[in-house]
Amino acid sequence: MTPEQEIELRRRQKSRSRVTALLLGLFVVLMFGISMAKMLINQ
Amino acid sequence: MTTIPMPQTQPLPAEWRDLLALTKPRVMSLVVFTGLCGMIAAPGAINPVLGFTAVLCIALGAGAAGALNQWYEADIDALMKRTANRPLPAGRMTRQTALHFGVGLAIFSVVLMGLATNYVAAFWLAVSILFYVFVYTVWLKRRTAQNIVIGGAAGAFPPLIGWAAATGDVTALPALLFAIIFLWTPPHFWALSLFVRTDYAAAGVPMLPVVSGNKVTRLQILLYTLPMVAAAIAPWALDMAGYIYGASALVLNAIFLWLAIAVARNDASEPAGMRPEKRLFKYSIVYLFVLFGALVADRLVLA
Repeated sequence: MTPEQEIELRRRQKSRSRVTALLLGLFVVLMFGISMAKMLINQ
Repeated sequence: MTTIPMPQTQPLPAEWRDLLALTKPRVMSLVVFTGLCGMIAAPGAINPVLGFTAVLCIALGAGAAGALNQWYEADIDALMKRTANRPLPAGRMTRQTALHFGVGLAIFSVVLMGLATNYVAAFWLAVSILFYVFVYTVWLKRRTAQNIVIGGAAGAFPPLIGWAAATGDVTALPALLFAIIFLWTPPHFWALSLFVRTDYAAAGVPMLPVVSGNKVTRLQILLYTLPMVAAAIAPWALDMAGYIYGASALVLNAIFLWLAIAVARNDASEPAGMRPEKRLFKYSIVYLFVLFGALVADRLVLA
């Protein structure tokens, strides 16, 4: 792998990691919301 | 099946933007909208968080189906101008990445739908994904000119899924909403295929204009418009929707029919002379948005 490819690889990994972290965070919030909604419905 | 040289090795991981492009976000907007309309039109109220989750699952399911469609069709996508720059034919992603992404997203959307709403909605979501991938993409698209007639059912599921998410069952109105989109699909896609005919011919996709010619296609557009008009007016005629929907449906369908007649009377063979076809194609998108919007307005105003 050339140095340019190495830099491009790191850039893509970093960018994908950020998006994955964001999506995981949103998923946690969504699951919390679903749990609260289900609890409200069952009350 | 035509094969094209694909990159043998792809050392770099795909960009997240390319993964997003794999889900066909522009197609998704209509799917999300009709799914949302089906949910709002259903009797009773769904919890907003669960409703949001249901629409999200419909969007993710549509995205998964789009990704698997692109995974399977990378070879013919490369031969068409309209699709040649998609991530797979352009070599920006491996086929394996697309397959894993599509299958993962499909399973995730169905499981989340089942957990958040109910298993009826999850069942119909799974059916719609499987139908689009196996019945339309793998079985019909390359084999018959009737591909989009039967395959159109895949895009007709969202209002039914939205309704099922809100109520847990499927009744006559969501079945009619399904029928409207199902019957709308042939005129919509055949109008497009008339003016991009050379693209489909180059890729060897047996679209109706390629197999049977422009004249037959134009007649078929008009013939399919008639049951579509009947299905679109039926919710009002059968007293399942109010006068807001009824008046909108009458006007929208009269315009659709008028444009379909203009297409049937056109005899141009070059895209430059296909103004009626282009007009019908553009209008058909607006038609579906406004018709479903009218159903929602009807429910919200007259409820």
